[in-house]
Amino acid sequence: MESKPSAADAIPTFTATLIIRRFDPEVDAEPRWQDFDVELRATDRILDALHKIKWEQDGSLTFRRSCAHGVCGSDAMRINGRNRLACKTLIKDLDISQPIYVEAIKGLPLEKDLIVDMEPFFDSFKAVNPFLMAGSAPKGGKERKQSPVERARFDDTTKCILCAACTSSCPVFWTDGQYFGPAAIVNAHRFIFDSRDEGAQVRLDILNDKEGVWRCRTTFNCTDACPRGIQVTQAIAEVKQAILRGKP
Amino acid sequence: MPDKSAGSLAADPLALPKIRPPKRPAGTLYRGREGMWSWVLHRITGVAIYFFLLVHILDTALVRVSPEAYNAVINTYKTPIMGLGETALVAAIGLHALNGLRIILIDFWSVGTKHQRLMFYIVIALWVVLLIAFVPRQFMHIFGGGE
Repeated sequence: MESKPSAADAIPTFTATLIIRRFDPEVDAEPRWQDFDVELRATDRILDALHKIKWEQDGSLTFRRSCAHGVCGSDAMRINGRNRLACKTLIKDLDISQPIYVEAIKGLPLEKDLIVDMEPFFDSFKAVNPFLMAGSAPKGGKERKQSPVERARFDDTTKCILCAACTSSCPVFWTDGQYFGPAAIVNAHRFIFDSRDEGAQVRLDILNDKEGVWRCRTTFNCTDACPRGIQVTQAIAEVKQAILRGKP
Repeated sequence: MPDKSAGSLAADPLALPKIRPPKRPAGTLYRGREGMWSWVLHRITGVAIYFFLLVHILDTALVRVSPEAYNAVINTYKTPIMGLGETALVAAIGLHALNGLRIILIDFWSVGTKHQRLMFYIVIALWVVLLIAFVPRQFMHIFGGGE
């Protein structure tokens, strides 16, 4: 126990500057930028820097985080102009000779500092029926069997953690908040191509809409932003083709 | 400007601010990659071509009003400024057409999304070849005078 802090001290520290886009709805009419100098190690993450600021410099800094290990999807934010999870972005991967810009994700209503209102995002998610739709009873047993090949068909889109990094990186979503957005389509894809599911046609009809998959302009921002490495644009293209074919 | 007064409330106590915070309350520009910029170029060239076509249909329709009016308008196309405009038009149509093929491949070719970045650079390369073939000749027409 005693040796742990000294081992940590052996890692060299340096001062990095974070410029954070802040907004307090009770004080500010408009968001403002504020800079903080933080003592960091190369192995720290942006989330550690935000914690240091909140705990040591300015307790009013507001951001979401839960698991802090890239699983819960709470801390998506725009770091140096790109959507990333604060808990998965290491300081050593950033150029610390320049200030690090941190701001809330774009396209959703800004509530405070780095927190946005996620309701419109979850509304789109709920609208695609993101659950197994199976009317019939499983064949002669207790479980719905699926071969490894059938499972692999939609493996990529099962990884989504609903952090909204993809949807809020989409230029179409920024200007047209009605667009379902990449995350909702990814979660529709996860069930459309699931051999156990019987609701594919329902979801294809929902997404065959002016605000559905046809809004996608293949900018690939979503694919670049996804912290789980999901090939989002590929998934959207597959749903487009499923609609054209009329079946998954 | 509005962030200045609010910013000084909290930022002052520490050392002098060495770095001036950006005066962009709207946030930084999203740093998208090739895909996003190809979309931006596609949109800009698309809108520009649309407005050209609008004018082009009008000037062609003039021939039904009177051949003299039509000739007068077409003669203005021979001025150097219109010549440069034509160069821009060919550049815009070339980029829009080639990138359009790339988008079709992304949507309909099973591995199109995987190779979209490479295809973008191929589009740019083909576009440059196209302009190398066209621009010198066009400039000879505009600036060369007698031919």
